[in-house]
Amino acid sequence: MKGLADLYLQQLKTGVASMLQYRGALVIWLIGNVLEPLIYLVVWSTVSRSAGGTVGGYSARDFAAYYIVLMLVNQATFTWVMYEFDYRIREGTFSADLLHPVHPIHADIAENLSSKVVNLPFVAAAAAGLAAIFHPALKLTLTAVAAFIPALVLAFLVRFLVDWTVALGAFWTVRVSAINQIHYMAVLFFSGQIAPLTVLPRPLQVVATVLPFRWTIGFPVELLLGRLTPGQVLTGFGIQAAWLLAAALLVRFAWRASVKRYSAVGA
Amino acid sequence: MRLLRLFGVFLRVSVMGEAAYPANFLAHLLDSALELAAALAGLALIFAHTATLGGWRPEELGALVGVYFLVGGIIGLVIQPGMEQLTESVRDGTLDFTLAKPEDSQLLVSLWRVEIWKLIDVGLGLVVLGVALARLGQRVGVAQAAAFAAALIAGGVIVYSFWLILATSAFWLVRVENILVIFQSVYEAGRWPVSIYPGWLRFGLTFLVPVAFAITVPAQALAGRLTWRVLLGTAGFAVLLFGAARLFWRAGIRHYSGASS
Repeated sequence: MKGLADLYLQQLKTGVASMLQYRGALVIWLIGNVLEPLIYLVVWSTVSRSAGGTVGGYSARDFAAYYIVLMLVNQATFTWVMYEFDYRIREGTFSADLLHPVHPIHADIAENLSSKVVNLPFVAAAAAGLAAIFHPALKLTLTAVAAFIPALVLAFLVRFLVDWTVALGAFWTVRVSAINQIHYMAVLFFSGQIAPLTVLPRPLQVVATVLPFRWTIGFPVELLLGRLTPGQVLTGFGIQAAWLLAAALLVRFAWRASVKRYSAVGA
Repeated sequence: MRLLRLFGVFLRVSVMGEAAYPANFLAHLLDSALELAAALAGLALIFAHTATLGGWRPEELGALVGVYFLVGGIIGLVIQPGMEQLTESVRDGTLDFTLAKPEDSQLLVSLWRVEIWKLIDVGLGLVVLGVALARLGQRVGVAQAAAFAAALIAGGVIVYSFWLILATSAFWLVRVENILVIFQSVYEAGRWPVSIYPGWLRFGLTFLVPVAFAITVPAQALAGRLTWRVLLGTAGFAVLLFGAARLFWRAGIRHYSGASS
Protein backbone atom coordinates (compact mmCIF):
# COMPACT_ATOMS: atom_id res chain seq x y z
CA MET A 1 0.00 0.00 0.00
CA LYS A 2 2.85 2.34 0.81
CA GLY A 3 4.43 1.50 -2.51
CA LEU A 4 1.23 2.53 -4.27
CA ALA A 5 1.03 5.81 -2.33
CA ASP A 6 4.63 6.60 -3.34
CA LEU A 7 3.76 5.81 -6.92
CA TYR A 8 0.82 8.20 -6.90
CA LEU A 9 2.87 10.96 -5.29
CA GLN A 10 5.64 10.62 -7.82
CA GLN A 11 3.24 10.42 -10.79
CA LEU A 12 1.42 13.49 -9.50
CA LYS A 13 4.66 15.46 -9.33
CA THR A 14 5.83 14.55 -12.82
CA GLY A 15 2.28 14.96 -14.11
CA VAL A 16 1.99 18.53 -12.82
CA ALA A 17 5.45 19.37 -14.16
CA SER A 18 4.60 18.07 -17.65
CA MET A 19 1.15 19.71 -17.71
CA LEU A 20 2.76 23.06 -17.01
CA GLN A 21 4.92 22.58 -20.10
CA TYR A 22 1.88 22.25 -22.36
CA ARG A 23 0.14 25.50 -21.49
CA GLY A 24 -1.37 25.86 -24.96
CA ALA A 25 -3.17 22.54 -24.65
CA LEU A 26 -4.37 23.69 -21.24
CA VAL A 27 -6.01 26.79 -22.69
CA ILE A 28 -7.72 24.81 -25.45
CA TRP A 29 -9.02 22.31 -22.96
CA LEU A 30 -10.26 25.09 -20.69
CA ILE A 31 -12.13 26.90 -23.47
CA GLY A 32 -13.87 23.68 -24.50
CA ASN A 33 -14.89 22.67 -20.99
CA VAL A 34 -16.20 26.12 -20.11
CA LEU A 35 -17.90 26.87 -23.42
CA GLU A 36 -20.05 23.75 -23.58
CA PRO A 37 -21.89 24.20 -20.27
CA LEU A 38 -22.05 27.94 -21.01
CA ILE A 39 -23.89 27.27 -24.28
CA TYR A 40 -26.45 25.00 -22.61
CA LEU A 41 -26.81 27.49 -19.76
CA VAL A 42 -27.75 30.22 -22.24
CA VAL A 43 -30.01 27.98 -24.33
CA TRP A 44 -31.99 26.64 -21.38
CA SER A 45 -32.26 30.03 -19.66
CA THR A 46 -33.72 31.35 -22.91
CA VAL A 47 -36.15 28.43 -23.08
CA SER A 48 -37.28 28.86 -19.49
CA ARG A 49 -37.92 32.56 -20.05
CA SER A 50 -39.99 31.97 -23.16
CA ALA A 51 -41.83 29.05 -21.54
CA GLY A 52 -43.17 31.36 -18.86
CA GLY A 53 -40.53 31.19 -16.12
CA THR A 54 -39.64 27.57 -15.48
CA VAL A 55 -38.84 24.37 -17.38
CA GLY A 56 -38.77 21.07 -15.52
CA GLY A 57 -38.69 22.98 -12.23
CA TYR A 58 -35.78 25.22 -13.26
CA SER A 59 -35.94 28.99 -13.65
CA ALA A 60 -33.31 30.88 -15.66
CA ARG A 61 -31.25 31.49 -12.51
CA ASP A 62 -31.66 27.83 -11.49
CA PHE A 63 -30.23 26.79 -14.86
CA ALA A 64 -27.31 29.14 -14.24
CA ALA A 65 -26.63 27.46 -10.88
CA TYR A 66 -27.08 24.01 -12.42
CA TYR A 67 -24.64 24.53 -15.27
CA ILE A 68 -21.99 26.35 -13.24
CA VAL A 69 -21.95 23.50 -10.71
CA LEU A 70 -22.05 21.00 -13.60
CA MET A 71 -18.99 22.65 -15.11
CA LEU A 72 -17.11 22.14 -11.83
CA VAL A 73 -18.31 18.54 -11.41
CA ASN A 74 -17.51 17.72 -15.02
CA GLN A 75 -14.05 19.20 -14.56
CA ALA A 76 -13.55 17.02 -11.48
CA THR A 77 -14.66 13.76 -13.11
CA PHE A 78 -13.54 14.37 -16.71
CA THR A 79 -11.19 11.86 -18.37
CA TRP A 80 -9.54 11.62 -21.77
CA VAL A 81 -8.27 8.04 -21.55
CA MET A 82 -10.22 7.00 -24.67
CA TYR A 83 -8.18 9.28 -26.87
CA GLU A 84 -4.97 8.39 -25.06
CA PHE A 85 -5.53 4.65 -25.48
CA ASP A 86 -6.19 4.96 -29.17
CA TYR A 87 -2.79 6.60 -29.58
CA ARG A 88 -1.00 4.17 -27.23
CA ILE A 89 -2.16 1.07 -29.01
CA ARG A 90 -1.79 2.38 -32.53
CA GLU A 91 1.71 3.68 -31.92
CA GLY A 92 2.75 0.77 -29.77
CA THR A 93 3.92 2.93 -26.88
CA PHE A 94 1.89 0.72 -24.61
CA SER A 95 4.49 -2.04 -24.75
CA ALA A 96 6.71 -0.29 -22.20
CA ASP A 97 3.79 0.43 -19.86
CA LEU A 98 2.91 -3.25 -19.82
CA LEU A 99 6.28 -4.11 -18.35
CA HIS A 100 5.67 -2.02 -15.21
CA PRO A 101 5.06 -4.11 -12.12
CA VAL A 102 1.81 -2.25 -11.28
CA HIS A 103 -1.50 -2.06 -13.10
CA PRO A 104 -1.31 0.79 -15.67
CA ILE A 105 -4.61 2.26 -14.46
CA HIS A 106 -2.82 3.73 -11.42
CA ALA A 107 -0.53 5.86 -13.55
CA ASP A 108 -3.56 7.04 -15.53
CA ILE A 109 -5.51 8.02 -12.43
CA ALA A 110 -2.52 9.90 -11.06
CA GLU A 111 -1.99 11.71 -14.37
CA ASN A 112 -5.67 12.66 -14.47
CA LEU A 113 -5.54 14.02 -10.93
CA SER A 114 -2.42 16.05 -11.66
CA SER A 115 -4.12 17.77 -14.59
CA LYS A 116 -6.95 18.71 -12.26
CA VAL A 117 -4.54 20.22 -9.76
CA VAL A 118 -3.16 22.41 -12.54
CA ASN A 119 -6.56 23.33 -14.00
CA LEU A 120 -8.39 23.98 -10.76
CA PRO A 121 -7.51 27.69 -10.35
CA PHE A 122 -8.57 28.44 -13.93
CA VAL A 123 -11.85 26.57 -13.72
CA ALA A 124 -12.62 28.18 -10.36
CA ALA A 125 -11.97 31.60 -11.91
CA ALA A 126 -14.24 30.74 -14.85
CA ALA A 127 -16.98 29.62 -12.46
CA ALA A 128 -16.67 32.85 -10.45
CA GLY A 129 -16.84 34.87 -13.66
CA LEU A 130 -19.95 33.06 -14.87
CA ALA A 131 -21.55 33.45 -11.44
CA ALA A 132 -20.98 37.20 -11.59
CA ILE A 133 -22.62 37.38 -15.03
CA PHE A 134 -25.58 35.02 -14.66
CA HIS A 135 -26.54 35.46 -10.97
CA PRO A 136 -27.17 31.78 -10.19
CA ALA A 137 -29.80 30.88 -7.60
CA LEU A 138 -27.47 28.94 -5.35
CA LYS A 139 -28.13 28.34 -1.67
CA LEU A 140 -25.72 25.84 -0.19
CA THR A 141 -26.56 23.95 2.99
CA LEU A 142 -23.96 22.27 5.16
CA THR A 143 -25.56 18.83 4.76
CA ALA A 144 -25.65 19.19 0.98
CA VAL A 145 -21.96 20.11 0.89
CA ALA A 146 -21.08 17.26 3.27
CA ALA A 147 -22.97 14.74 1.13
CA PHE A 148 -21.60 16.25 -2.09
CA ILE A 149 -17.98 15.40 -1.34
CA PRO A 150 -18.33 11.59 -1.15
CA ALA A 151 -20.75 11.71 -4.10
CA LEU A 152 -18.10 13.52 -6.14
CA VAL A 153 -15.39 11.03 -5.19
CA LEU A 154 -17.64 8.11 -6.15
CA ALA A 155 -18.60 9.90 -9.36
CA PHE A 156 -14.92 10.35 -10.25
CA LEU A 157 -14.12 6.69 -9.61
CA VAL A 158 -17.13 5.35 -11.52
CA ARG A 159 -16.49 7.63 -14.49
CA PHE A 160 -12.82 6.77 -14.57
CA LEU A 161 -13.42 3.02 -14.46
CA VAL A 162 -16.21 3.13 -17.05
CA ASP A 163 -14.18 5.33 -19.39
CA TRP A 164 -11.15 3.13 -18.94
CA THR A 165 -13.20 0.05 -19.85
CA VAL A 166 -14.57 1.78 -22.96
CA ALA A 167 -11.02 2.84 -23.84
CA LEU A 168 -9.95 -0.81 -23.88
CA GLY A 169 -11.98 -1.07 -27.09
CA ALA A 170 -8.81 0.22 -28.76
CA PHE A 171 -7.34 -3.26 -28.24
CA TRP A 172 -10.07 -4.79 -30.37
CA THR A 173 -10.52 -2.38 -33.26
CA VAL A 174 -8.56 0.39 -34.90
CA ARG A 175 -11.76 2.34 -35.49
CA VAL A 176 -12.30 3.58 -31.97
CA SER A 177 -13.63 6.94 -33.13
CA ALA A 178 -17.10 5.43 -33.63
CA ILE A 179 -17.02 3.92 -30.12
CA ASN A 180 -15.85 7.23 -28.68
CA GLN A 181 -18.56 9.13 -30.52
CA ILE A 182 -21.31 6.84 -29.23
CA HIS A 183 -19.91 7.04 -25.72
CA TYR A 184 -19.70 10.83 -25.95
CA MET A 185 -23.34 11.04 -27.01
CA ALA A 186 -24.49 8.69 -24.25
CA VAL A 187 -22.72 10.92 -21.74
CA LEU A 188 -24.20 14.04 -23.33
CA PHE A 189 -27.79 12.84 -23.13
CA PHE A 190 -27.87 10.63 -20.04
CA SER A 191 -25.52 12.42 -17.64
CA GLY A 192 -27.48 15.65 -17.34
CA GLN A 193 -25.21 17.64 -19.66
CA ILE A 194 -27.61 18.41 -22.47
CA ALA A 195 -30.36 19.18 -19.93
CA PRO A 196 -31.12 18.44 -16.28
CA LEU A 197 -32.73 15.02 -15.92
CA THR A 198 -36.14 16.41 -14.97
CA VAL A 199 -36.29 18.22 -18.31
CA LEU A 200 -35.86 15.01 -20.32
CA PRO A 201 -38.87 12.96 -21.48
CA ARG A 202 -39.88 10.24 -19.01
CA PRO A 203 -38.44 7.22 -20.95
CA LEU A 204 -35.03 8.89 -21.20
CA GLN A 205 -35.09 9.58 -17.45
CA VAL A 206 -35.64 5.88 -16.79
CA VAL A 207 -32.76 4.90 -19.08
CA ALA A 208 -30.54 7.52 -17.41
CA THR A 209 -31.23 5.99 -14.00
CA VAL A 210 -30.01 2.60 -15.16
CA LEU A 211 -26.91 3.76 -17.03
CA PRO A 212 -23.82 4.92 -15.09
CA PHE A 213 -23.50 8.39 -16.65
CA ARG A 214 -26.03 10.24 -14.53
CA TRP A 215 -24.25 9.03 -11.41
CA THR A 216 -20.97 10.49 -12.60
CA ILE A 217 -22.20 14.04 -13.30
CA GLY A 218 -25.88 14.83 -12.79
CA PHE A 219 -26.29 13.23 -9.38
CA PRO A 220 -23.61 15.24 -7.53
CA VAL A 221 -24.85 18.43 -9.20
CA GLU A 222 -28.48 17.93 -8.16
CA LEU A 223 -27.31 16.86 -4.71
CA LEU A 224 -25.34 20.06 -4.14
CA LEU A 225 -28.21 22.20 -5.43
CA GLY A 226 -30.50 20.59 -2.85
CA ARG A 227 -32.88 19.22 -5.49
CA LEU A 228 -32.97 15.67 -4.12
CA THR A 229 -34.94 14.29 -1.19
CA PRO A 230 -32.95 12.40 1.50
CA GLY A 231 -34.42 9.17 0.12
CA GLN A 232 -33.21 9.98 -3.39
CA VAL A 233 -29.77 10.85 -2.05
CA LEU A 234 -29.46 7.49 -0.27
CA THR A 235 -30.68 5.60 -3.35
CA GLY A 236 -28.17 7.56 -5.39
CA PHE A 237 -25.29 6.59 -3.14
CA GLY A 238 -26.44 2.98 -3.37
CA ILE A 239 -26.47 3.06 -7.17
CA GLN A 240 -23.08 4.79 -7.23
CA ALA A 241 -21.64 2.06 -4.99
CA ALA A 242 -23.20 -0.65 -7.16
CA TRP A 243 -21.75 0.91 -10.31
CA LEU A 244 -18.35 1.24 -8.65
CA LEU A 245 -18.36 -2.48 -7.91
CA ALA A 246 -19.64 -3.39 -11.36
CA ALA A 247 -17.14 -1.11 -13.09
CA ALA A 248 -14.25 -2.46 -11.03
CA LEU A 249 -15.16 -6.01 -12.04
CA LEU A 250 -15.66 -4.90 -15.62
CA VAL A 251 -12.20 -3.31 -15.75
CA ARG A 252 -10.68 -6.49 -14.35
CA PHE A 253 -12.24 -8.83 -16.89
CA ALA A 254 -12.01 -6.50 -19.86
CA TRP A 255 -8.36 -5.79 -19.07
CA ARG A 256 -7.41 -9.47 -18.92
CA ALA A 257 -9.23 -10.26 -22.13
CA SER A 258 -7.81 -7.22 -23.92
CA VAL A 259 -4.18 -7.63 -22.96
CA LYS A 260 -4.19 -11.14 -24.39
CA ARG A 261 -5.01 -9.64 -27.78
CA TYR A 262 -2.23 -7.09 -27.70
CA SER A 263 0.66 -7.58 -30.05
CA ALA A 264 3.01 -4.74 -30.78
CA VAL A 265 4.83 -4.51 -34.06
CA GLY A 266 8.17 -6.19 -33.66
CA ALA A 267 6.96 -8.41 -30.85
CA MET B 1 -11.19 29.80 -63.44
CA ARG B 2 -7.82 28.75 -62.14
CA LEU B 3 -9.39 28.28 -58.73
CA LEU B 4 -11.81 25.59 -59.86
CA ARG B 5 -9.20 23.86 -62.02
CA LEU B 6 -6.72 23.72 -59.13
CA PHE B 7 -9.40 22.58 -56.73
CA GLY B 8 -10.32 19.83 -59.21
CA VAL B 9 -6.70 18.66 -59.35
CA PHE B 10 -6.27 18.56 -55.58
CA LEU B 11 -9.65 16.89 -55.17
CA ARG B 12 -8.61 14.18 -57.62
CA VAL B 13 -5.36 13.59 -55.73
CA SER B 14 -7.27 13.30 -52.48
CA VAL B 15 -9.80 10.86 -53.97
CA MET B 16 -6.97 8.71 -55.32
CA GLY B 17 -5.30 8.70 -51.92
CA GLU B 18 -8.42 7.82 -49.96
CA ALA B 19 -9.96 5.38 -52.45
CA ALA B 20 -7.63 2.77 -51.01
CA TYR B 21 -9.60 2.86 -47.76
CA PRO B 22 -13.27 2.45 -48.76
CA ALA B 23 -14.29 1.30 -45.27
CA ASN B 24 -13.38 4.76 -44.00
CA PHE B 25 -16.45 6.06 -45.81
CA LEU B 26 -18.79 4.12 -43.52
CA ALA B 27 -16.83 5.09 -40.42
CA HIS B 28 -17.01 8.78 -41.32
CA LEU B 29 -20.66 8.51 -42.32
CA LEU B 30 -21.46 6.98 -38.92
CA ASP B 31 -19.53 9.73 -37.12
CA SER B 32 -21.30 12.53 -38.96
CA ALA B 33 -24.74 10.92 -38.79
CA LEU B 34 -24.41 10.48 -35.02
CA GLU B 35 -23.38 14.10 -34.59
CA LEU B 36 -26.31 15.25 -36.69
CA ALA B 37 -28.71 12.98 -34.80
CA ALA B 38 -27.49 14.48 -31.51
CA ALA B 39 -27.99 18.01 -32.83
CA LEU B 40 -31.52 17.28 -34.02
CA ALA B 41 -32.42 15.40 -30.83
CA GLY B 42 -31.23 18.43 -28.87
CA LEU B 43 -33.57 20.63 -30.91
CA ALA B 44 -36.48 18.23 -30.35
CA LEU B 45 -35.80 18.34 -26.62
CA ILE B 46 -35.87 22.12 -26.56
CA PHE B 47 -38.98 22.51 -28.67
CA ALA B 48 -40.81 20.04 -26.46
CA HIS B 49 -40.75 22.86 -23.90
CA THR B 50 -41.15 26.00 -25.96
CA ALA B 51 -42.60 27.13 -29.28
CA THR B 52 -39.71 29.43 -30.22
CA LEU B 53 -36.13 29.88 -29.03
CA GLY B 54 -35.20 33.54 -28.93
CA GLY B 55 -37.79 34.14 -31.66
CA TRP B 56 -36.59 31.24 -33.88
CA ARG B 57 -39.19 28.66 -34.94
CA PRO B 58 -38.19 24.95 -35.01
CA GLU B 59 -37.84 24.76 -38.80
CA GLU B 60 -35.73 27.93 -38.79
CA LEU B 61 -33.37 26.43 -36.22
CA GLY B 62 -33.37 23.27 -38.35
CA ALA B 63 -32.14 25.40 -41.24
CA LEU B 64 -29.49 26.84 -38.91
CA VAL B 65 -28.27 23.32 -38.07
CA GLY B 66 -28.13 22.62 -41.81
CA VAL B 67 -25.99 25.72 -42.36
CA TYR B 68 -23.83 24.70 -39.38
CA PHE B 69 -23.07 21.33 -40.98
CA LEU B 70 -22.67 22.78 -44.45
CA VAL B 71 -20.20 25.48 -43.43
CA GLY B 72 -18.44 23.18 -40.97
CA GLY B 73 -18.11 20.63 -43.77
CA ILE B 74 -16.57 23.18 -46.13
CA ILE B 75 -14.13 24.34 -43.44
CA GLY B 76 -13.15 20.73 -42.76
CA LEU B 77 -13.04 19.88 -46.48
CA VAL B 78 -10.49 22.37 -47.63
CA ILE B 79 -9.85 25.34 -45.31
CA GLN B 80 -8.75 23.65 -42.11
CA PRO B 81 -6.54 20.90 -43.62
CA GLY B 82 -4.84 23.40 -45.92
CA MET B 83 -4.13 25.87 -43.14
CA GLU B 84 -2.86 23.15 -40.83
CA GLN B 85 -0.49 21.98 -43.51
CA LEU B 86 0.60 25.59 -44.03
CA THR B 87 1.64 26.06 -40.40
CA GLU B 88 3.38 22.70 -40.58
CA SER B 89 5.37 23.56 -43.69
CA VAL B 90 6.33 26.97 -42.34
CA ARG B 91 7.75 25.18 -39.33
CA ASP B 92 9.72 22.55 -41.21
CA GLY B 93 10.61 24.74 -44.17
CA THR B 94 8.94 22.70 -46.94
CA LEU B 95 6.98 25.80 -47.95
CA ASP B 96 10.01 26.61 -50.12
CA PHE B 97 8.81 24.13 -52.76
CA THR B 98 5.39 25.70 -52.89
CA LEU B 99 6.69 29.23 -53.25
CA ALA B 100 8.80 28.14 -56.20
CA LYS B 101 5.73 26.99 -58.15
CA PRO B 102 4.42 29.23 -60.95
CA GLU B 103 1.03 29.71 -59.33
CA ASP B 104 -0.24 32.18 -56.78
CA SER B 105 1.07 30.89 -53.47
CA GLN B 106 -1.98 31.92 -51.48
CA LEU B 107 -4.24 30.05 -53.87
CA LEU B 108 -2.03 26.97 -53.65
CA VAL B 109 -1.86 26.77 -49.87
CA SER B 110 -5.59 27.36 -49.66
CA LEU B 111 -6.42 24.36 -51.82
CA TRP B 112 -3.53 21.94 -51.51
CA ARG B 113 -5.15 19.64 -48.98
CA VAL B 114 -8.66 18.26 -49.48
CA GLU B 115 -10.23 16.06 -46.81
CA ILE B 116 -12.82 14.39 -49.04
CA TRP B 117 -14.70 12.64 -46.25
CA LYS B 118 -15.95 16.03 -45.12
CA LEU B 119 -18.12 16.01 -48.23
CA ILE B 120 -20.36 13.81 -46.08
CA ASP B 121 -20.95 16.73 -43.72
CA VAL B 122 -21.59 19.02 -46.67
CA GLY B 123 -24.13 16.52 -48.03
CA LEU B 124 -25.86 16.02 -44.68
CA GLY B 125 -25.99 19.77 -44.19
CA LEU B 126 -27.65 20.20 -47.58
CA VAL B 127 -30.21 17.49 -46.79
CA VAL B 128 -31.13 19.09 -43.46
CA LEU B 129 -31.28 22.47 -45.13
CA GLY B 130 -33.54 21.06 -47.86
CA VAL B 131 -35.93 19.48 -45.38
CA ALA B 132 -36.04 22.66 -43.30
CA LEU B 133 -36.70 24.72 -46.43
CA ALA B 134 -39.53 22.43 -47.50
CA ARG B 135 -41.06 22.92 -44.05
CA LEU B 136 -40.61 26.67 -44.23
CA GLY B 137 -42.43 26.42 -47.55
CA GLN B 138 -43.66 29.59 -49.18
CA ARG B 139 -42.03 31.87 -46.68
CA VAL B 140 -38.79 31.52 -48.64
CA GLY B 141 -39.06 33.66 -51.76
CA VAL B 142 -36.55 34.44 -54.48
CA ALA B 143 -35.26 37.46 -52.56
CA GLN B 144 -34.60 35.38 -49.47
CA ALA B 145 -32.86 32.66 -51.48
CA ALA B 146 -30.62 35.25 -53.13
CA ALA B 147 -29.88 36.88 -49.79
CA PHE B 148 -29.07 33.43 -48.37
CA ALA B 149 -26.63 32.65 -51.18
CA ALA B 150 -24.97 36.05 -50.81
CA ALA B 151 -24.73 35.70 -47.02
CA LEU B 152 -23.34 32.19 -47.32
CA ILE B 153 -20.63 33.28 -49.75
CA ALA B 154 -19.76 36.33 -47.65
CA GLY B 155 -19.68 34.18 -44.51
CA GLY B 156 -17.45 31.65 -46.24
CA VAL B 157 -15.05 34.37 -47.35
CA ILE B 158 -14.94 35.77 -43.81
CA VAL B 159 -14.19 32.38 -42.27
CA TYR B 160 -11.55 31.65 -44.92
CA SER B 161 -9.86 35.02 -44.41
CA PHE B 162 -9.95 34.53 -40.66
CA TRP B 163 -8.26 31.12 -40.94
CA LEU B 164 -5.69 32.47 -43.38
CA ILE B 165 -4.79 35.32 -41.01
CA LEU B 166 -4.39 32.89 -38.12
CA ALA B 167 -2.32 30.46 -40.15
CA THR B 168 -0.22 33.25 -41.67
CA SER B 169 0.79 34.37 -38.20
CA ALA B 170 2.85 31.15 -38.19
CA PHE B 171 5.47 33.08 -40.19
CA TRP B 172 6.22 35.00 -37.01
CA LEU B 173 4.95 32.79 -34.20
CA VAL B 174 5.87 29.40 -35.76
CA ARG B 175 3.73 27.29 -33.44
CA VAL B 176 0.09 28.22 -33.95
CA GLU B 177 -1.66 24.82 -34.17
CA ASN B 178 -3.21 25.53 -30.79
CA ILE B 179 -4.88 28.71 -32.02
CA LEU B 180 -6.38 26.78 -34.91
CA VAL B 181 -7.81 24.16 -32.56
CA ILE B 182 -9.47 26.88 -30.50
CA PHE B 183 -11.53 27.93 -33.53
CA GLN B 184 -12.83 24.40 -33.80
CA SER B 185 -14.03 24.35 -30.20
CA VAL B 186 -15.62 27.79 -30.44
CA TYR B 187 -17.33 26.92 -33.74
CA GLU B 188 -19.69 24.66 -31.77
CA ALA B 189 -21.31 27.75 -30.25
CA GLY B 190 -22.61 28.51 -33.75
CA ARG B 191 -25.14 25.69 -33.57
CA TRP B 192 -27.40 28.21 -31.86
CA PRO B 193 -28.33 31.67 -33.13
CA VAL B 194 -25.82 34.11 -31.66
CA SER B 195 -28.67 36.44 -30.75
CA ILE B 196 -29.48 34.30 -27.69
CA TYR B 197 -26.02 34.83 -26.17
CA PRO B 198 -25.27 37.70 -23.79
CA GLY B 199 -23.66 40.79 -25.37
CA TRP B 200 -19.99 40.09 -24.58
CA LEU B 201 -20.21 36.55 -25.94
CA ARG B 202 -22.14 37.69 -29.02
CA PHE B 203 -19.41 40.26 -29.72
CA GLY B 204 -16.75 37.57 -29.38
CA LEU B 205 -18.63 35.20 -31.67
CA THR B 206 -19.06 37.95 -34.25
CA PHE B 207 -15.71 39.70 -34.41
CA LEU B 208 -13.12 37.63 -32.49
CA VAL B 209 -14.21 34.30 -34.00
CA PRO B 210 -16.61 35.06 -36.88
CA VAL B 211 -19.09 32.28 -36.14
CA ALA B 212 -22.02 34.69 -36.38
CA PHE B 213 -21.20 35.68 -39.96
CA ALA B 214 -20.60 32.11 -41.04
CA ILE B 215 -23.77 30.52 -39.64
CA THR B 216 -26.31 32.83 -38.02
CA VAL B 217 -26.42 35.47 -40.77
CA PRO B 218 -27.08 33.02 -43.66
CA ALA B 219 -29.71 31.21 -41.58
CA GLN B 220 -31.30 34.57 -40.77
CA ALA B 221 -31.54 35.26 -44.48
CA LEU B 222 -33.55 32.07 -44.97
CA ALA B 223 -35.82 32.89 -42.08
CA GLY B 224 -36.45 36.24 -43.76
CA ARG B 225 -35.26 38.26 -40.81
CA LEU B 226 -32.11 39.65 -42.38
CA THR B 227 -32.13 43.38 -43.04
CA TRP B 228 -30.36 44.76 -46.10
CA ARG B 229 -28.08 46.73 -43.82
CA VAL B 230 -26.80 43.59 -42.09
CA LEU B 231 -26.32 41.85 -45.44
CA LEU B 232 -24.42 44.80 -46.89
CA GLY B 233 -22.39 45.09 -43.71
CA THR B 234 -21.52 41.39 -43.92
CA ALA B 235 -20.49 41.70 -47.55
CA GLY B 236 -18.40 44.78 -46.75
CA PHE B 237 -16.73 43.02 -43.85
CA ALA B 238 -15.98 40.04 -46.11
CA VAL B 239 -14.26 42.24 -48.71
CA LEU B 240 -12.34 44.09 -46.01
CA LEU B 241 -11.18 40.94 -44.21
CA PHE B 242 -10.23 39.23 -47.47
CA GLY B 243 -8.11 42.24 -48.45
CA ALA B 244 -6.49 42.31 -45.02
CA ALA B 245 -5.76 38.57 -45.20
CA ARG B 246 -4.21 39.02 -48.64
CA LEU B 247 -1.95 41.86 -47.44
CA PHE B 248 -1.01 39.91 -44.33
CA TRP B 249 -0.16 36.87 -46.45
CA ARG B 250 2.12 38.98 -48.67
CA ALA B 251 3.85 40.37 -45.58
CA GLY B 252 4.22 36.84 -44.21
CA ILE B 253 5.82 35.58 -47.43
CA ARG B 254 8.27 38.48 -47.38
CA HIS B 255 9.13 37.70 -43.78
CA TYR B 256 9.59 33.98 -44.47
CA SER B 257 13.24 33.09 -44.62
CA GLY B 258 13.01 29.49 -45.84
CA ALA B 259 14.50 26.28 -44.59
CA SER B 260 18.14 26.77 -45.46
CA SER B 261 18.80 30.28 -44.21
